[in-house]
This record gives sequence, structure tokens and C-alpha cells, in this order.
Amino acid sequence: MTVAAIDRAPAAVPAGLARGRGGGGPASKRVVVAYGFWIFILGDMVMFSALFAAFAVLRNSTAGGPTGAELFDLRNVFIETMCLLVSSYTCGLGALSAERRQPGRFLAFAVLTFVLGAAFLFIEVSEFARMVEKGAGPSRSAFLSAFFTLVGTHGVHVAGGMIALIYLVAQVLAYGLPAAVLRRLLCWSLFWHALDIVWVGVFTLVYLMGDWH
Amino acid sequence: MRGTALLHGRRRSRLLLWPAVGAAIVLASCQRAGILNPQGPIASAERLLLINSTAIMLVVVIPVIVATLVFAWWYRSSNTHATRSLDESYEGRVEFVVWSIPALTVILLGGVIWIGSHQLDPRAPIHASSDPLRVDVVALDWKWLFIYPDQGVAAVNQLVIPAGTPVQFRLTSATVMNSFFVPQLGSQIYTMGGMTTHLNFLADKPGEYPGFSANYSGDGFSEMRFVVKSVPAGDFNTWVEQARGTGSALDEAGYAELAKPSKAVPPATYRSVDPKLFERIIDQTAAGPAKAGIGGASSPPPGAAGG
Amino acid sequence: MLGKLSWAAIPFNEPLPLLAGAAVCIVILAVLLTVTIKGWWPYLWREWITSVDHKRIGVMYVVLGLVMLLRGYSDAIMMRTQQAIAIGSAQGYLPPEHFDQIFSAHGTIMIFFVAMPLVIGLMNFAVPLQLGVRDVAFPVLNSVSFWLTATGALLINMSLVIGVFSRASWWGYPPLSELAFSPDVGVDYYLWSLQISGIGTLLTGVNFVTTILKLRAPGMTYMRMPVFCWTALSANLLIVAAFPVLTATFLMLLLDRYLGMHFFTNDAGGNQMMYVNLFWAWGHPEVYILVLPAFGIFSEVVAVFCGKGLFSYRSMVWATLGICILSFMVWLHHFFTMGAGADVNAFFGIMSSIIAVPTGVKVFNWLFTMFRGRIVFSTSMLFTVGFIITFVIGGLTGVLLAVPPVDFVVHNSAFLVAHFHNVIIGGVVFGALAGINYWFPKAFGFTLDERLGKASFWCWLIGFYLAFMPLYQLGLMGMTRRLQHIPDPSWQPLLLVAEAGAIVIFLGILCQIAQLFLSIRTRERRLDLTGDPWNGRTLEWSTSSPPPAYNFAVLPRVETIDAFWHMKRIGRPPVAPAYEAIEMPRNSPAGFITAFFATIMGFSLIWQIWWLALLGFLAAAIVVLIAGWRIEREDEIPAAEVAQMELAR
Repeated sequence: MTVAAIDRAPAAVPAGLARGRGGGGPASKRVVVAYGFWIFILGDMVMFSALFAAFAVLRNSTAGGPTGAELFDLRNVFIETMCLLVSSYTCGLGALSAERRQPGRFLAFAVLTFVLGAAFLFIEVSEFARMVEKGAGPSRSAFLSAFFTLVGTHGVHVAGGMIALIYLVAQVLAYGLPAAVLRRLLCWSLFWHALDIVWVGVFTLVYLMGDWH
Repeated sequence: MRGTALLHGRRRSRLLLWPAVGAAIVLASCQRAGILNPQGPIASAERLLLINSTAIMLVVVIPVIVATLVFAWWYRSSNTHATRSLDESYEGRVEFVVWSIPALTVILLGGVIWIGSHQLDPRAPIHASSDPLRVDVVALDWKWLFIYPDQGVAAVNQLVIPAGTPVQFRLTSATVMNSFFVPQLGSQIYTMGGMTTHLNFLADKPGEYPGFSANYSGDGFSEMRFVVKSVPAGDFNTWVEQARGTGSALDEAGYAELAKPSKAVPPATYRSVDPKLFERIIDQTAAGPAKAGIGGASSPPPGAAGG
Repeated sequence: MLGKLSWAAIPFNEPLPLLAGAAVCIVILAVLLTVTIKGWWPYLWREWITSVDHKRIGVMYVVLGLVMLLRGYSDAIMMRTQQAIAIGSAQGYLPPEHFDQIFSAHGTIMIFFVAMPLVIGLMNFAVPLQLGVRDVAFPVLNSVSFWLTATGALLINMSLVIGVFSRASWWGYPPLSELAFSPDVGVDYYLWSLQISGIGTLLTGVNFVTTILKLRAPGMTYMRMPVFCWTALSANLLIVAAFPVLTATFLMLLLDRYLGMHFFTNDAGGNQMMYVNLFWAWGHPEVYILVLPAFGIFSEVVAVFCGKGLFSYRSMVWATLGICILSFMVWLHHFFTMGAGADVNAFFGIMSSIIAVPTGVKVFNWLFTMFRGRIVFSTSMLFTVGFIITFVIGGLTGVLLAVPPVDFVVHNSAFLVAHFHNVIIGGVVFGALAGINYWFPKAFGFTLDERLGKASFWCWLIGFYLAFMPLYQLGLMGMTRRLQHIPDPSWQPLLLVAEAGAIVIFLGILCQIAQLFLSIRTRERRLDLTGDPWNGRTLEWSTSSPPPAYNFAVLPRVETIDAFWHMKRIGRPPVAPAYEAIEMPRNSPAGFITAFFATIMGFSLIWQIWWLALLGFLAAAIVVLIAGWRIEREDEIPAAEVAQMELAR
């Protein structure tokens, strides 16, 4: 059987059986994989929620050390945010190219997305290094622990996403764009967009509302 | 056949045995030092709530248990007298009752919970004829320090209070989370480092009541017990005078010594104490173990005394 | 070079853990040797270790759970014995440093490595069969989940021999669990073991939510799913929604311990109350993750062994979903005594008692299923009746604890210990044992011996009451939990009764072991040739025992609730359908190998052997990348072969 058979639509369900209310039989592989990945992202969002909650609780626990208002360079944060938002756009364009089976264009957008993600990470790591140098590292106070962990966990997810992008680009180069690779690219895009959403939360709650006093 | 008869016999005898045993045990414990033998208004109110809530629920629980046993026995497959309706799996009236019984019980309990929680809030001061006695409590590894800021004395592992006088506690921990608990007098409340919690209770009459930590806090936890001595008002003042005349001072050095980990510390008193010691301990704990000079979870040889 | 690890980690100077550890090592070596000598490795590797079949994985989970039950029980009997003899001036045989590790290990192991694997194993085995499909949504991920759970179990048991386990209880509350008060590796063993197995559990949640919502036989609408699948769905939704909170919480504690951060420390602004809130925000849904599938098992068992459809399927479903949602709104009842204030306490108290409503509805529905049914007292049905009575008592004490002023006097006492064992043993353990007896013939092709099954039931029931009813009383008498030494001699008689109860429970466990061995030896007498030994109602009983790898040659067409019962009633004509080729996922060593490297990584992180931890992590990541490289992961069974296999059965 060919590869195409693996992703064929389920056999037609006889009319008598309830199609609506979930009676349509097992869903196709593409639906199942995407759905499962959504649920995984949901779980990841729950984890971020707990980290957000910790940040909210500890936002004023500066233990006599520096506050967010004193530390954050909002200009850099703005550039970071633009990098990430534009990378979501290029990711979307890449996904469209992949759906249309245009590997060349897809690769171009993938490279753009990667570069923008790298820029984001570079700025973030530099900010972290600057803060640590000033003595405002994560072990200085509970507020800083919460800040570094929330923002850092997001950064680790971005880095993981970039490694995964390299891996998937390698798969595209090796296999082209069959259904299985498309499914994985779809999952990757979902992940990247979800990270964007989390960043909007971080940007708002941590940086913009940084002056809590 | 034999199996079900055996079942029937065992079930019946077990059915009769347990309530009898239970009643005997409960009655016996009413004489002992426990929450069923309260010696103060808070503990009495809590016992009443316990009994009332249990009674409300037993009204549902006992028929359910009886019904389970009766149905199990009567509808066993070998019983030829039983009516069977193998095709029935729904009946609206039954459904309505099935939802109503738990719902009504819970609504009733909800009222009990709301009212009870507010009436017995640990923070709520107790209104009595005498002025409240203020006591500051500090949980250490693994003993209890009681500071009397108004009397200027302190005690370890013993809490002397005048009977009939409300006691107003402020509590904290110099190390890890503990829970201050005197079952016969009132509620327990957590004690946490760098933070203050509040409790109020009152002892009706003179007596001795055990107290302990109700939150595991390390290797010396089992020995973290103290005694509450409720004494007539006049005797309390005598005790304060006595304490002022004996023992060492709970100054910085004295406190540093006391704060070192020790277990099974015998009761002792201190002749003087800084009335702001409680606040200082909170600040110290929030500042960090390096600065406070306390820390470490290892268990030293037992019997290291404090004071 | 080896971080904190040195020969001092092995307790050469402490006879008790040394002997226990040595005994375990000898048993493991004996098993490995036997397997090697008998040449079973190729079979085990091919059929079990690299299997991605939900039925095989389910069995492995249950085996893990039962083996760890022995370890958890050993901890229990040690604690009971210490408490029975260390009274007054006697110090007992377990100094605090050991006793504290034992109760911490007991709770951790029983919840994470006994109850969870048993429940997840039974869901693994039965859910795809009940849904009328061939496997779960992500079979390879399923294998990864199992092996990561096994990694966690292995790491915890390693702490017996190498180093120490946590002395901070199964909760790990800071500041006690922080470096300042627990400087040794114990808490690290606890944290890494649970973080790694937590990943496995989260993946299981993702897998089963997707499977139940997106992979069901044609015609199986939501309201035609078996109740066990509804409870499995709720439990897995809870896993997805709650486990990441635990992951984040443990991450924060790990960062405190490893990188000197201050989430929960006393100093620099740390907030220990936040840990308590986060932990229980996971912790309360966790107990419903355990008990909801047990409720589902009882629903299945009661319907089959009363010969009657479950009373009011619809309200069962709504009650299950109600419990699922409500379980997120009650977490504060685990710490009413932390001083939240009357309004907050009362709110959570009321929410906690509201959960009693759907639970009560379920109990009544089970009772009305029994009413006018024809009850056959199989082992599973005995466990069900025992459960109803026992759980209702546990529920009563639970609602008592939900009244904050009452909780103020029984929190953290032996009364609390009795309550949660009441609901966990009466609910989860009885449910697991009922499920094991119920589905064993489907998994292995022969039923378990009924007499020994019933004997084990009576031992468990009587043992439970003897062991835990005295604890209710002791709590009322003022005994707090986790005591290494008993101050009041008047408590001893009750503690001795509790000890006796623990021994009776052990007899129950022995009966189960005997039941297993005897049943295997005399299996020819109890073969399940029809695939339907209990006159079942749901689809798993329409397959052979054991089912073929693909479960159903042709996916069943579902028209009602209790689809198989309906099929039997209308008498489906035995027409040989047109068989099509079936795609089956290939076996994969990815799960096992990833877990192998995860074990190395976990152990190295615990002992701070950084280079080895990095290597372990990279190796695990590379395995994942290699496994993910394949485009085609399925094999095909040609139609002719399917026809042959169906003919043979």
C-alpha cells in the first residue's frame, strides 16, 4: 500500500448511525495528530499559568533588591517582541507554502523564522547577562527568581522550537513534503504560535506592568 | 450456595459488631485528653459541630449502607423470591430523589459551614469578662517558645495561662512550617517563617492539657510536645513572679543557644525577655539562615536543653 | 568527577536499609538471571519491551503497580510496627532519620507508583477495546509514557541502596524541603523521580483525551460510550490540566535547591504558602484522577454482575463531568489551618461538600442498578459491594473534614490518615482489584481462581477496617500523624489492632499472589473460549480472549449504549464480512531506550554528576530525534491474513 493510503479518509459511515454528536467513527490521522498536539499545548499552557501565578504572587518580593522598573529596558523588549511576532508571520507564510507543496519557498520562510527566533533569543540572553552582571540574578530575590524562571522557560521553549525547526527542515530536505511531514510541520507551527501567545502574556504582565508600586 | 450463606452470616455479625465496638470506644474516649473532651468554649463548639455534622450525614449514610447490604443479599441470583426487572435502567422519579437527597444534605451542611467558619475563625477574639492575655509563640527546631510580652517573661515547652481568661496568640516559626495545637482547648494554626498567624482560645477551668505540633517538621517532630497549665488567676500572677526570679535571661545569646536544634527539651522559664523578640525573630527568619545563625536539619543528641 | 556520589552513599553502617536493599538487589538479579538462562530475552524484547500495543502496555503498568505495592506495603508494616512498640520510654527500632524516610517513601510510592500505574494500566487495556478501535491515538508515545513511569519507580528504589530518600513527607513542603533544612540528596531523588514520571503521565493524558474524543468506532456517539470511558476521559482531562502544575512547582523547588533561587525559601522574599497552594492545586485533582476510573470500573462491574444496564447512564455521565470540574475548586481544604480567613475557608468548605452531590448520585445509581437485578457474587462484585459501604464511610469523614472548624481539630491527625486511606483503599485499590479480576480473562485467556479471589477480598476488607478504624479513634484522641514515637500509652491497644489489620491486609496480598500462581498453573480448567466469560455488555467482550493485536478485524458499528449487549440480543448473523488490510504500528524500542537514558540523566542530576547528566539528556534527545525520523511507522496485515486469523478464533 502506498503512503497515501495511510492518511486516507475513514470509510463512509452508513446513514442510520448518528454522525453528529461524535458518531462519525475514528477521525483521520491529520485530525488526530493535530488534536493531540493541541491538547499537549494546552498542558504546556497550564504549566506557564502556574509560572505566571508564581510571578504574580512574588512580583513585589524584591527583598530590598532591584525592581522590574529599575531593571527592564523596554526598548529591547519591544525589539524582541517584534522579532517574535514577525517570526510568527513568516512561520504562517511557511506553513502556507508547505500546504501548497512548495518546498523551496517553505525553506526560505523557515530560515527567516529561524533568524528572527535567534535574534529574539540573542537579545533575551544579553538582557539576562546584563542583569546578572548588575547583581540582579535569579538568586537575588524571589521576584527575580520568578522573573528569570517565567521568561527563561519561555526562552527555553523558543530554543527547543528552533532546534526542532532545524530537524524538520532536514526532514523536508530528505523526504520532501509527504502527509507525515506536513503533519509535523503543522504541529510545529501550532507550537510556535502558542509561544507567541505566551510571550504576549509575558510582555504585558511582566514588562509593561513592571512598575507595580 | 454455601458461599452466599457464608456471606450472609458474616455480614450480619459484622453489622452488629461494629456499632457496638464503635460506641464503646467513643464513650471511653470521652474521658481522655482529646477533642471529644473539650475544656474550653472553642473546643466545645468544634466538638458540637463535629457531632452535628456527623449526625446530619449519618441520616443518609446509614440507610445507604443498610440498603447496600439488603439489596446485595435479597437480589442475589439464588433468591427465587426476589422480583427482577432486568430491563429497567431509568426512572424519572427515582432520578429526582437521587439528586435531591445529596443536594439537600449539602445545602444544610453549607449553612453549617458558613456559620461555623465565621463563628470559629481563629482570628476572632473571644469576649469574656477578663482582658485577654497576650502570648507570642515561636516554633523552633524542635520545641516551642512562649513569650509573654506584657509580663516580660518567657517559657519553653510549657504554657501557663489563667483559667477563664481569653488568650490571644501571635504565632510564627523560626525554621520550618509547624502547627500549634492544643486539642482540648481550640483550633490548630500553622506557624510559618517570616509570617504571623493568629489564634484565640480560652480554658474554662484549671487543668493540664497536652499540646504539640501537628505539622511534621523534621527529625525531632515527635518530641515537639508541650503542656498547657491552666491555673486560677491569682496563681498565674504568682507564677509570673516566680519566673521573673529564676532561670536565665532570654537575651541575644540566650536565644541563639535556644535556637540550636534540640529535641525533647524539658520545660523551663526565662526571667526576662525583650518584648519585641517576636518581631525580631520574624525579621531574622525572613533575612535568611546565614544571618540568623540557625539552620541545618541534622539531629543532635537528645536532651540538649534550652535555658 | 562523580559529583556528590561516593562510597559513603551506600549505607554500610546501617543494617536495616542495607539488608533491605541487598534483598531487593538479589531478587532483581535472580529474575534477570532466570530470564537470561531460559532464553526469554528475545521474546520479552519483541513482545513486551518494545511493544506499542495498548494491551501489553496496560499489563506492564499493572505489573509495575502490583510490584510497587509490595514495596509500599513494606513501608507501611514498618511504620505500623514502630508505632505499635515505640510507646512511652521505648524508642522502637526505627530512629527518626529512617522513620521519616519511610513515611515519605510510603506516600510517594503508593500514590505515584502503585495507584497511578494500576489505574492507568487498566485504562490502557480496556479503553480502546471498549471504544471499538485498534489502539490509542499515539502508540509509541504510550510506550514512552510507561517506560518513563518505570524510570521514576526505579530511581525511587535506588534511593534505598544509594543515598537516602526524602525526609520531607510525600508533599515536600518548603522550607523543610529546601536546601537549608534538607541538604542531602533525599529531596532530589523525590523531585527528579516524580518530574520524569510526570512527563510520562502527562503524555498519557494527551494520548487518552485524543483517543476518547477522536477515535471511536463508527456510530459511537458520546452518549453511547461506556461509562468507564467517560471516567477515563475525565481522569485524563484532569491529568492534562493538573500535572503541568506539579511540573512547574517541582521546577521551582528544583531551581531553589540547585541554583539558589528563592521561590519558597524563608529569606529573600520566598513564599512557602505558594508551594502549598500550587501543590494542592495539583494534589486534589490527582485524587480524582485515581478514583474516577475506579468509579468507572465499578459501574461496568455492577451492570454486568447484576445482569442489568447501569441505572441512569445519563446522570452518571453528568455526575462524572461535574466531579471533574469541581475537583479544581476545592484545593484549599487541604490547608484550612494555614489561616486564610473565614470567608475563603467557608467558600472552599462549601465547594468541597458540593462534590459530595455527584458522588452521592453515583452511589445511588449503583444501588438502583442492584435493585431488582440478578446479582452474581464474583470477586469483582464482592469488591464493588465492599467499596460502596467503605467509600460511603470515607466520604462521610471527608465531608466532616470539609467543615473548617472541624478540620481545625482533626487536620493532620490520625483521623485524616484514616479518611484518605478509607477512600483510597476502599475506592482506588478495591477498584483496581475488581478491574484486574474482571479483565484478566480478556487479557490472558483464562479466568482467575474465584476462591482465592474471594479470600483476598475478605482479607482486604477485614484488614482495612482493623487497620484504619482505630486510626479514626486515635485522631479524635489527639494523635497527630507521622509520629515516630508515641507519647501516650493509652493509645497502644488501638495501635496494636491497627498492626493486626495491616497483617490481615498482607494475608490478602498473599492470597492474590497465590491466586495468580494457582490460576496460571491450573489455567486449562478455566479457559475463556468464548471471549465473554461474564456475559458482558461492552465491546471488549466481543473479541477473543486474548484479542488479536488489531483488536477488531472490522470496526464494529455501534447503535446503542452497551453495544455488545445489543448485538447479542438482536443476534448478529455470523456473516463473514469483507476483510480489509489492517495497518498496525510497528514495535519501537524508543520508549525503553529513552527511559534508559532518562534514568541515567535523573541519577546524575540527583548526585550532581553534571557531565553524565548532560550526556544522558543528549542521548535521550537523540533517541527521540531518531525515532521521529521515520515517515512510515506502520506495518500492514494483508486482508487474507486477517481472514485467516479471524477464522481460527
